[in-house]
Amino acid sequence: MIPAAFDYQKASSVEEAVGLLKEHGMDAKILAGGHSLIPAMKLRLNQPGILIDISGISELNGIKVDGNTLVIGANTTHGAIAKSAEVASSAPVLAATAGVIGDVQIRNKGTIGGSIAHADPAADWPAALIACNSSIEVMGSGGSRTIAAADFFVGIYETALEDGEVIVAIHVPKVPGTAGSAYEKFFQPASRFAIVGCAAVLEMKDNFCTSARVAFTGVADTAFLDEKVSAALENQTLDDATIKAASELAASDAEILGDHFASEEYRQHLAKVFAERAIRAAIANA
Amino acid sequence: MKKQINLTVNGKAYSHEVEPRTLLVHYLRDTLRLTGTHVGCDTSSCGSCTILMDGQAVKCCSLLAVQADGANITTIEGLAENGTLHPLQEGFREEHGLQCGFCTPGMIMTAADLLSNNADPSEEEIRHALEGNFCRCTGYHNIVKSIQYAANKINKKEVVS
Repeated sequence: MIPAAFDYQKASSVEEAVGLLKEHGMDAKILAGGHSLIPAMKLRLNQPGILIDISGISELNGIKVDGNTLVIGANTTHGAIAKSAEVASSAPVLAATAGVIGDVQIRNKGTIGGSIAHADPAADWPAALIACNSSIEVMGSGGSRTIAAADFFVGIYETALEDGEVIVAIHVPKVPGTAGSAYEKFFQPASRFAIVGCAAVLEMKDNFCTSARVAFTGVADTAFLDEKVSAALENQTLDDATIKAASELAASDAEILGDHFASEEYRQHLAKVFAERAIRAAIANA
Repeated sequence: MKKQINLTVNGKAYSHEVEPRTLLVHYLRDTLRLTGTHVGCDTSSCGSCTILMDGQAVKCCSLLAVQADGANITTIEGLAENGTLHPLQEGFREEHGLQCGFCTPGMIMTAADLLSNNADPSEEEIRHALEGNFCRCTGYHNIVKSIQYAANKINKKEVVS
């Protein structure tokens, strides 16, 4: 399979990429690692007239800690995030999530910015980023702005990015040392996408949960924070009965997807199972 | 409009003009005639197109040749040195790690990435590293043994088979 013909330009700065996006409008697409975009172009689901390659922009690459915030450049690969000591200590659930995306080869090339811009409803990042209360820094011709991860993912392959905006970085508040966190997913065995993925970040005081954020991906047309499950855990002693009762509420407000991988009923069941696994795993590493 | 790319493949420098839509795997196979890198699923699932790009295993059916501008690439053809098989190639021969052989170049290149990061992987680590490579013949057992053979040989351990 060969993509339709297109033009190619390499941007050397974010400003240049934004300028090129403005110049070419809807005909342009941003190329980072290409591991979401190129397969779509090979299937001719996407036929941009020009690709703007941002992979050489060094300011978009790398992971740093800025005070209480972990800042992950948009061009950072999943593999680099999985192996990062900063991520492991500041937001371990993101390292865990990065490590189960695709396979070794995909993680070596695919980027966090590219993945979230593509916004596949079964991608792994959205649930983890929402559970960590992250925000997405973007740059357009009017300047930069940040969007809460919970507002960024709008629908199937749809984000809150405006025309002409480029993702610059992901800002993640450091997960407190007293918190436990986990990402548990049910793999689609060939594509490795999440049929259901659940991320949980629980702030714990001994066995008492002071704050809970449980988010899902793969379940509905976009990832979401499960407010019911989170509320059922917050300000509770997390005994067996509380965990089970909270998990039973999983995805109860969601419009659940049904497809040839998993029916609506099966996905709802998986959401409960994987909520419980993520909650228990988060408690275990608090 | 064609773009100029300059890259190193198996230690040799190349410079070509390519259409932006040329996939890296087709550049390697059709332009450089390095047909050891295979196109299997053509959707970045099966791993038979795996090569090393700047030392990391990548699936080149989902990369453009223009993305390899400036890169240092190793394909299966670049592993043997002066006619001596790489320990992984030897391992696949000795341990019957292939049947039809279609997936083998990708398996070996992924294993080369693994061994460069982890010289003495456990069986579980080997199986985990191969999650992006499909073999439809062997059932993977002999592939794992082949990689263990190579790790042992590289680490100069006694090979027990």
